[in-house]
This record gives sequence, C-alpha cells and structure tokens, in this order.
Amino acid sequence: MGEKKKVSRRDFLQLMGAGAAVTTAALAGCSTEKAKELSTDRGEVPTDKMTYRHMPDSDRPISLLGYGMMRLPVLDDDQQEEGKSHIDQDEVNSLVDYAIAHGVNYFDTSPRYCKGFSEQALGIALSKHKRSEFVVATKLSNFATEDQTLEASIAMYRNSFKQLRVDYIDYYLLHAIGEKENYLQRYVNNGVLNFLLNERAAGRIKYLGWSFHGTKEFFDYMLNEQPVKFDFVQIQMNYKDWHYSQEVNADYLYHELAKRNIPVVIMEPLLGGGLAKVNHKVLAMFQRIAPNLSPAYWAFRFCGHFPGVLTVLSGMTYMEHLQENIRTYSPLEPLSDDELAMLEKSAKLINEFPLIGCTHCEYCMPCPYGLDIPSIFAHYNKCLNEGTFADDVTNEDYRTNRRAFLIGYDRKVPRLRQADHCVGCGICKPKCPQRINIPEEMQAIDRYVEKLKQNPND
Amino acid sequence: MLRKIRIILAAIFFIAITLCFLDFTGTVSHYLGWMEKLQFVPAVLALNVGVVLFLLVLTLLFGRVYCSVICPMGVMQDIISWLHNRKKKARVRFGYTKEKRVLRYGFLAVFVVLIVMGFTSIAALIAPYSAFGRIAANLFAPVYAWVNNYLASIAEHYDSYAFYSVDVWLKSGISLAVAVATLLVVGFLAWRGGRTYCNTVCPVGTVLGFVSRFAFLRPVINTEKCVGCTLCARKCKASCIDAKNHSIDYSRCVACMDCIGNCSSGAITYARPSKVAHAKAETKGDEPKADADTSRRSFLTLASLFAVGAAVKAQESKVDGGLAVIEDKKIPARKCKITPPGSKGIKHITQHCTACQLCVAACPNGVLRPSSDLSTLMQPEMSYERGYCRPECNRCSQVCPNGAIRPIRLDEKTSIQIGHAVWIPENCIVNTDGVRCGNCARHCPNGAIKMMPKDENDPESPWFPVVDAERCIGCGACEYVCPARPFSAIYVEGNSKHREV
Repeated sequence: MGEKKKVSRRDFLQLMGAGAAVTTAALAGCSTEKAKELSTDRGEVPTDKMTYRHMPDSDRPISLLGYGMMRLPVLDDDQQEEGKSHIDQDEVNSLVDYAIAHGVNYFDTSPRYCKGFSEQALGIALSKHKRSEFVVATKLSNFATEDQTLEASIAMYRNSFKQLRVDYIDYYLLHAIGEKENYLQRYVNNGVLNFLLNERAAGRIKYLGWSFHGTKEFFDYMLNEQPVKFDFVQIQMNYKDWHYSQEVNADYLYHELAKRNIPVVIMEPLLGGGLAKVNHKVLAMFQRIAPNLSPAYWAFRFCGHFPGVLTVLSGMTYMEHLQENIRTYSPLEPLSDDELAMLEKSAKLINEFPLIGCTHCEYCMPCPYGLDIPSIFAHYNKCLNEGTFADDVTNEDYRTNRRAFLIGYDRKVPRLRQADHCVGCGICKPKCPQRINIPEEMQAIDRYVEKLKQNPND
Repeated sequence: MLRKIRIILAAIFFIAITLCFLDFTGTVSHYLGWMEKLQFVPAVLALNVGVVLFLLVLTLLFGRVYCSVICPMGVMQDIISWLHNRKKKARVRFGYTKEKRVLRYGFLAVFVVLIVMGFTSIAALIAPYSAFGRIAANLFAPVYAWVNNYLASIAEHYDSYAFYSVDVWLKSGISLAVAVATLLVVGFLAWRGGRTYCNTVCPVGTVLGFVSRFAFLRPVINTEKCVGCTLCARKCKASCIDAKNHSIDYSRCVACMDCIGNCSSGAITYARPSKVAHAKAETKGDEPKADADTSRRSFLTLASLFAVGAAVKAQESKVDGGLAVIEDKKIPARKCKITPPGSKGIKHITQHCTACQLCVAACPNGVLRPSSDLSTLMQPEMSYERGYCRPECNRCSQVCPNGAIRPIRLDEKTSIQIGHAVWIPENCIVNTDGVRCGNCARHCPNGAIKMMPKDENDPESPWFPVVDAERCIGCGACEYVCPARPFSAIYVEGNSKHREV
C-alpha cells in the first residue's frame, strides 16, 4: 500500500538484480543491526494487557478483539483437493493458539463461511484448548429456501455442535436478518425461534442474538415490537459507516442498542479491508498524527472506543494482522475528541471517493455464471485508491495506467470470470449485505474496461 | 568476407522474420513486417509486381542470394546443416550430384497447376515461406509464449507490468502435425544433404534458378589457380560444384560464398564470369520425396482435444464463496465458415492464402486459427470461444504478406459484414434458466441486437434478443459473451462473400 507502483521494464530488471544482491547480503549475515534501526517495531506483543468487556449478567471477561473465522488462510491451489477442506489447518491452528495465548477468547464462525469449512476448522483448532479458555459464536445460516424448515434448521444447528466439538454454544445468532417478511418466514412462522428459545432455556445456548444487515424500519421493529428478548446484537460499525452508511448509519444502530443496554458485537470494523487501504489524503491525515501506525489501527481504536461494544470481530488471515490488532487493544486507548474529529473527516473523504463498498464477504459467491465478483471489485477499487485510474486519454499517465489496469485485471481475474460475462440475472443482488447493486456496478466496470481497450492511444 | 556478410544478413532476416511470428504484441510486425512482404510466393499471390521484379533483378545481378539471405526456410536449413557440421567427421560431407530435373520441374508444375486451380492451401505445403511460418507459429511460438509467461509470473511478483501472460492453446492439431512433419522432412534433408529441398522441391528455388543461370556476378573457378583438391565441392551444401570439370550449376548455386571462403588456393572468385560453365544436367529420380502425402494421412487421425466441465446452473447456494465451474465452449457447426475482415470472402482468401500462419500468430484475441477442411487446409478461419474480433484491432489485415487479407482501416472494419448472428432459443438462458440476461445486446458494437419482451403487452414476460442481420457485422461479441455453454445461444454464421453495411 502507499507508494504508487510504476515499474518499467528497466526498473524491473534492476529490481531483480537488486533482489539478488540483497539476498547475497542477507546470506552474508551483516544486516540485522541496520534492520532494527529502520523497523517500526513496537516491541513484543503483550500477552496480558488485553482490554476485556462483559455481558450485563456476568463477570466473564470477553476480549475486545474477537476472532472472525470468515477469511481463513487457504492452501495453495495445487494442494487443494476436490470435496475436501481448502483451508490451511496448520496455519489456523497456530493463529488460534497465538490468539488465545495473547488474551483473545471470542471466536465467531458460521456454517456458510469459507465454502462451509469454517466451523470445522475452528473446531479442530479449539479442540486442544480448555472449554473455559474461549467462547464460541456461530449462526443459523439457512439462506436457501429448502433449508428454512424446522427440521433442516435443527439439522444445521446440531451440525454446528458436531463441527465445533462443543456441547454448548456461547453465542448463537440468527444470521443476517434485515427485512420483516423474510425474518418471519425464516425463523418465526416455522417454529425455529421457539426451538432456539427452548435451547437457550436448556442451557445449550448461552446467549441468543441476531446479526443485522437491513432497513431501519426492520431494526426498529426488532427492538421495539417483536416480543422475544435477545441478549445481544451484531451490527456493522466502523468510522465510515458511523455517518456515511449505505443503509442505516452505525451511530443510530449503536446508540439505540446502548440505550437499551444490549451488548453490541461489531462486524466489518475495517469494511472488509477497505479501511486498511485508504486513499492518499486520508493516509496523510493518519500519518501526520503518528507516522508508524496503520489505517487499521485507527479503525480498531474507533470501534473499541464505545463502551457498549462487547467485542470487535476481525477476520484475520495473517499473523501480522493478528499481532497488530492485539497490540491495538492491549490495552485499548480511548480516542480523544480531536482524534474522533479526524476520523469523522477521514470518513467524509472516503465517502467522497467513488469506491465500490465491497467487503469481500463472498456472500454473493459462487456466481452461477462463473464471475469472480469480489476480485473484480477489489481490482477496480485498488486502481482507484492508488490513483492509477486511466480516465483521461490526454493525461500523460494514461498509457501506463491503462496498461497497469488491463494487465492487472487479467492477472487478478481470469478472462471468463471478468465483468463482461455478467448477464445481469440479479441472483447476487439480494445476497449482498452492503446493498451493492452488483449487476449495475459490473456493467459500469465493463464499460470502463471496454473504453480502455478501445482507446490504446498509440 | 562475402561469406560473413551473407551470414550476418541472413541472421538479421531470419531472426526478424521469426520474431514476427513470435511476438504477440504486434510491435515487431509493425516495424519489420516488410520482410514478410519481401517473400517470393506471397508477393506473387498478392500481385505485388514491384517486389517480384525486385527479386528477379536481384537474382539476375547476384544469383540466388534470396535463398541464402531472405528466405527463412533456406536459412533454417543452413542452421541445421551447420549443426551437423559441428560434428568433426561431418565437416566435409557433400559432393557434386546431378540436377534432379524431372523432380524439380515436376514439383514446380504441380505447384503452379494447383494454384491456378485454386488449391492454394495444398500447393502451399511445399512453399518455403509458409512452410517455415507454420513451423514458427506452431512450434516456436508456444515456447516463446511459455518463456514469456514465466517472466510474467516473476514480473507479477515484483508488481511490474513489463510482461503479461498470454494463453497458449492448440489452435489446430492438423496444422501442428503438418508443421512437425515439415520440420522433420526438411530437417532430415538439410542434416543429410544441405540444400536438397531448395534444389529439388522448392518451387521458388526452381523459378529463381532459371534466372540465376544468367546472373551478372557468380562464383567462378579459375582453372589456372585451381589445384584440384575438390574441397569446394565437398563443402558445397547445394552440391552444385563439379570440381573435376571446374564447372558450377548456377541454377542450384545459392550464392552462399562458402566455396570462396574455403578455397585454399584462392581459385574461386565472386565475379563476372568471362566464360560460362555449363553444368551437364542428367535426370535421375532417386531423390527422397517430401512425403507430404503420408504425413497428411497421419495427422488426419489426430484427435482434437476438448475438456468438458460440469454444467453450470443457476441455483441457490448453501455456502459462501467458491467459484462456479466454467464449462469450455464448443465450436458451433457453422454452415459457412467466417473469414477475417479484409479477406473479401472465402473465394479470395482460398486463392491467395499460403497458410503461413502469420495472421494466426498475430491475432491477440484468440479468434483466428488454421482451418481443418481439406479445401482450405490450414488457412485462417474465425471462431469466438476465446474472444471476439475486437473493434480496435486490424492486425491480421496489416501483417498478411499475400494480400489474402487486404489491409483495412479500423473505421472500414465497422462496416464490413463478415457474417451475421443467429439466435438459438433452446440454448438461451432466458429459456433454460429462467433468468434475465441481454448480455449479447449489451456488447453488440453495432447495436444490431435489441432485447424485446416475449409478450408485447407484458413487459414482465421474458425478454429475448432480436437480431437485425442487416446491421450485424459478425464480430462475434455476442457469441463470446453468451453465458450458454458449451454451445452459445447466439452464434455467427459466416458470409461467403463479405458485404458492406
């Protein structure tokens, strides 16, 4: 991130040469001291300084950093086997071990995540830890119509116990609700909610809650009108969505819940990594305050700042992400008013930037016509963010930017999975929790690509 | 000295022409494409009088330097023969043989008759430039592309856009088999006897041989200086020096200057001969035949490869993530094949194309590939499984040295109708999957396809594509982006004669 990368053929060859030289130097073993001087190392990752919160009815500490199991590390393509889990289990084990050793104890998964292999991977990783060392959250993720019967829902619920290798579930959620009709059909009219309430009474579910992606009316309905008392709610919250959400602003969601003393679990604190890769103006604002701290640091501090927040979920794929987030919350440093104002300003700038709000959650996938929707959005956003957008033929950078966009596009997305193959069937549209009009955006990107292809400007 | 100049020039031509076949970016052809246009058979077929006259005059002045320098097939044989020379025992392995006149003229006559009758693609099997083109496009180009792809993967690692990856795919089994067979036969002949192909089979060699007999400058043996060592004859890859009689068969001499460099007594000079040496030609038929017939039979048995993936259907997913399997598209059975814009139609391209594969190698969209039909064997035809004939590209028309695909401008291309789209309702996902689509209409560059409701009074009824065949130019955008697999629900039927829209 950061520096715009424009590497010409000559630079590239030099780079390769330099790479070889560096390797040689490193092999000679003379560079350790230099490296320390240049690094932005913040010392050892603390093991005992994690900030904890708790449920209103219990003193059980819950780590402010929660581990989301939606973006787990996967095996290389050549190691994956058809029909078997594609997840890099060894890596997951060491991430989970590390998290627990450094005070993280909340783990969130779902039967849908990672092509359906997330629960299994988490179950294996947790199996060597004592049950008292962690709490686990999973969901009733019955999106497909034929799964929305009582029997199929119970089967999904019971399977979660088997996959997670537990005899009770700490936090159980109704997955991604957002609209009344659908909610009633999916959970209420078929008796599923009653079943879950009984399970809660029997102690096999400690806390029952719901995760929200939807309209304000429905949110209000859930809090004010429907009769069941839920223990917690999971919402999408971050400094951008605070006042500039696609649907309902997070400050409204949070304050309504806090008012009622309902603990809030936060998802998308980074907007699917979107707030980790911000544009240069925002980056400059952050670095003026602290040159060595990343955009992710600010995003996490923002979420942790609010006392009604129980835990902030982060889908950490890499050890470095895990370490950085543990640091941010060990312990949490609340934001000053100036810092809050700065984040508010950043949110405004980010909102003005025409990025597509994809969080790479892959709920839309697989697209039946083979498109790789998140990767297409990611490439498009990356070029916008890095300022390498080739929109003006008369611009002197046009040819370089055009080349970078088109070659990068082919590298990131195979030809047959690119935007021009979107048929506009709209199957993906209702699945997107960010309410992106995927077909429309696909066709807009396709028109942009077509324009680039047809204007080589040689 | 003369020999060195010949080698340097030959190397330049050979590398440049080969690069034209290898480079997929179009840059090399842009600057060096004139070298392809200098080739004899293409120039004749393109009725390029200037080039043909130039080559004839060149030969009349200097002998068959064309064969030693300009012809990539000739140079390739020299390279193969030179590799054999590196074995010590094989350094002096040639010797004078008599001209195989019946074979030579026989091949030329068959070649001319086939071309006049319109079987250019069959005749082209022995045409030197196109035979070399098939070898370069089918055998060298994939290797080049693989190396490029390897570099591209390194470049990607360093976030550089210096190299980009390209698809390598089997464009035609027949064409590949012919290329292999040609390389084996010509390679064997060159390894064994130097320029046997050039002086027995090659129609261009025979034609230029008529002229080179009377060349202004030729290698001449000075009988006063000659010590009769016969080294020149044993080193002559054209086997045309009769050392005993101090005579050279100038119809076969390719002016390679090897004899001049090798003569220890300086008896051979490249000069205006005061006395013309006549080689006494006798006919003998023991030369190995280029066994194109048998090889053609063997490649016909080659199976085409098509991997069939699992069917894609619009269905409710139960888990997040993952990619749907994409089934490979199959080539529809077109009643009339599609030929590239600029080729005017099937008749014109069939008569003018020698199947050198330069256009196939140049096509950046995976559209052109060699034909498998016997009547148009290995000549280019179009299909749209991997891409379509994009509006910003006219490369095939720019590179064609034969005039088989006439040069066209991009604005001309938008009004040349090479075919027209046909809709197949049974394949259309509007009918099979019950979803909305319209991808064909969205991508039609000429606005020839419009989506219309099935029931004119009910806009909620399914919308299907309506093709205005008059406005369609046959570019294949609709066929390429059509989501129906393995057969597109909309495909292009070729026009036997191209039209203006």
